[in-house]
Amino acid sequence: MKRALAIMVGAALILLLATLTLVVMPYLQMSAEQVPPDLKPYTEQQQRGRQVYIANGCVYCHSQQPRDPSFAPGDKDRGWGRPSVPGDYAYDEPHLLGTMRTGPDLFNIGARQPSIDWQLMHLYNPRAIIKGSIMPSYPFLFRHVEEPAEGDKVVNIPPPYGPETGKIVATEDALALAEYMLALDHTYPAPTLPKKPPNSDEPKENRAP
Amino acid sequence: MTPTIAILLIITFVLSTVGLLLLIWSIANNQFSHGQAAARTIFSPGEEGHSEDPARPSDPTFTGNTSEQTAAIEARWTADQSSRTAVLTWLSSSVFWLLLGSFFGLASSIKMHLPEFLTASEFLTFGRIRPVHLNAVTYGWASMAGIGVALFLIPRLFKTPLVGGKYAVIGGFIWNIGLVLGLSAITLGLSDGEEWLEFPWQIDILFVVGGALCAVPLLLTAANRKVEHLYVTSWYLMAALVWFPFLFLIANLPFAFPGASGATVNWWFAHNVLGLWVTPIGIGIAYYMIPKILGRPIISYQLSLIGFWSLALFYSQVGIHHLIGGPIPTWLVTLSIVHSVMMSIPVITVAINHHGTMMGNFSRLKDSPTLRFVWIGALMYTVASLQGSMEALRSINVITHFTHYTVAHAHLGMYAFLSFILFGAVYFIMPRLTNWEWPWRKLISLHFWLVSIGILIYVVSLTIAGWKQGVALLDAAMPFMDIVKMTLPALQARTVGGALMTLGHLVFAFHFIAMLMRRGAATEQPTLFRPATKENAQ
Ligand code: HEM
Ligand code: HEM
Repeated sequence: MKRALAIMVGAALILLLATLTLVVMPYLQMSAEQVPPDLKPYTEQQQRGRQVYIANGCVYCHSQQPRDPSFAPGDKDRGWGRPSVPGDYAYDEPHLLGTMRTGPDLFNIGARQPSIDWQLMHLYNPRAIIKGSIMPSYPFLFRHVEEPAEGDKVVNIPPPYGPETGKIVATEDALALAEYMLALDHTYPAPTLPKKPPNSDEPKENRAP
Repeated sequence: MTPTIAILLIITFVLSTVGLLLLIWSIANNQFSHGQAAARTIFSPGEEGHSEDPARPSDPTFTGNTSEQTAAIEARWTADQSSRTAVLTWLSSSVFWLLLGSFFGLASSIKMHLPEFLTASEFLTFGRIRPVHLNAVTYGWASMAGIGVALFLIPRLFKTPLVGGKYAVIGGFIWNIGLVLGLSAITLGLSDGEEWLEFPWQIDILFVVGGALCAVPLLLTAANRKVEHLYVTSWYLMAALVWFPFLFLIANLPFAFPGASGATVNWWFAHNVLGLWVTPIGIGIAYYMIPKILGRPIISYQLSLIGFWSLALFYSQVGIHHLIGGPIPTWLVTLSIVHSVMMSIPVITVAINHHGTMMGNFSRLKDSPTLRFVWIGALMYTVASLQGSMEALRSINVITHFTHYTVAHAHLGMYAFLSFILFGAVYFIMPRLTNWEWPWRKLISLHFWLVSIGILIYVVSLTIAGWKQGVALLDAAMPFMDIVKMTLPALQARTVGGALMTLGHLVFAFHFIAMLMRRGAATEQPTLFRPATKENAQ
């Protein structure tokens, strides 16, 4: 039993060491990091949109973390933005950094596609906008009505993607998600980056969806 | 801040090195064990040189030449029976979750090249069935099968009946309830939002309790043990069962880690699930099965100890290689990369032992289904790990990070390594627990070929496509949509490979159920170790 205990205690100690280096120290360092002054907290609606993003697992195909151009030049050249810094995520709970780019990075999608109509149409059916996209469509975020009521947000879907008759209107969830997309705009300068990002934060000509 | 970090870094490094040196010293001075004698503890007296291979009918099982030897074998039979209810609870559940997970994996795969497939319902959208797949196969199949096999091995390794098996049975029920609730929560859109940690934290408590209940029989049985040496498999199993509840608890502490530091905790956890949970279980099982089936001890017991402790030291620090290039302090990423490369030490020591023991016995692969599954699994452990060490280098990771290449590596590890070893172990264990033979041995072959061809297609197509995807992403000259189109054939090939694997799992599950129901003819083959056979042997 003594030897068995020794193994288990040894194993636990090693994990403790790793917890110190990989959990505690980064937490101390990163939570002391300066929050960029231009970063705005999410509104209630954007936060709700963020929950819709989580619930429907957008993170499994989209990252939110452009890399440094000196390391991976494609990220900036595609118009995905300057490298992100810990402070950019100050209001993100939980984080949504992502590890796949089956679709493009979304850290600055709000700057690249600032129109809410574009966002809604794209959510209803991505192929209505981008030929050959493999992103799923999200019809369940929309309602099909014969006659839109007062205050309904109508989304005009180009044929043949829309319904034969009636209109497509966005649900609260769809509107919130679209607002969250527009909030993903981190084109402000990051004070903690060593050098100033070049001021060409405009969406690139290269039209990555 | 930076000097503190530098100092702490140096301390960690020194600690690791000192630990390793101490270990080598203690082994060299025989502080630990009696070398090869410990490697022989898995054999009953006189059993060495005889194969134990319950899934293979043509092999006479060793039943002892003297009454003393026979008594030892009989004691093992009693030990096997003692864990029966507990092991069958965990294994049967795991087979169910494997099937469920496979269907969700296959559906996710189809959706990636047919985006209009099943989009009407929010419950079946890609972003929900994909985490259902991951959680079902990780916590349902791999973890439950791993615990089931561990519960079977514990009494054998300690040479005493399992004590407190009912705690493990209760633990199994709680774990299953956790899975049902957790997977339903994801389907309903209540995910916690971090990869590998999707289950709402309230539900995670069930897994901690269920897992801790499995530690009870482990501790009670260890206290009762009749062997002097702890065979290396028990090291891995004990450590894994200590690590998992601890990891799962910390990573799920609600709302403790916001923003970017949440990402480091997320990946610290996710890689430890792989490195400190499923990997030790997989390696530990292979350390038992290979020598047992061959009837010869592993070639170097010392090496196996170095392998164990260096795995613990290095694997626990690799998590941040999932965030290379991300908004994370550089020192942290570098720390994980260094440890990822250092992982080649345990990997190579384990490889020497596993494959070295096989040397000269490769012909046994032809007729032993267990050995075939287990050894190929062990080989794929070597391959996946060396691949992983490369993949953690900045120059490679910059290409592969966000691509299908990672998914191919993930399945090489979780499937070709871990699942193969678990399949082999199930084929070994079931005849011992049910005292029945596998009814249709052709089905074992069919299962083997379906999943082998399936995973081959899966890994090769995604590895190539993922690499090309990664290279193209680095250069904005190629429009994003062209890259998507380029990967489509590989995504379709994955569906083909995945369909073969799913078919293989159906065969496996069918055979497993037939075994539980004792279908097929009971031929009086010597594989079936029944107490009755000992009379003939004497
Ligand atoms: C020395 C051993 C290993 C090293 C250094 C290693 C390294 C890596 C690296 C660098 C990644 C890619 C992270 C990224 O770019 O996003 C990765 C992903 C992964 N590895 Fe390994 N690996 C090793 C062994 C294994 C083994 C044995 C398994 C299976 C049991 C495994 C399972 C996985 C999985 C599932 C992922 C994907 C995680 C995700 O994105 O969800 N690896 N590994
Ligand atoms: C039955 C055949 C299977 C198919 C068709 C399949 C398919 C898939 C698909 C489509 C994904 C999502 C990839 C993405 O998001 O880009 C995935 C992820 C994953 N699967 Fe499977 N899978 C299968 C079996 C398994 C099994 C048995 C295991 C584990 C024992 C497993 C472990 C994983 C893991 C760990 C991931 C996450 C990978 C990552 O994040 O990089 N899969 N699988």
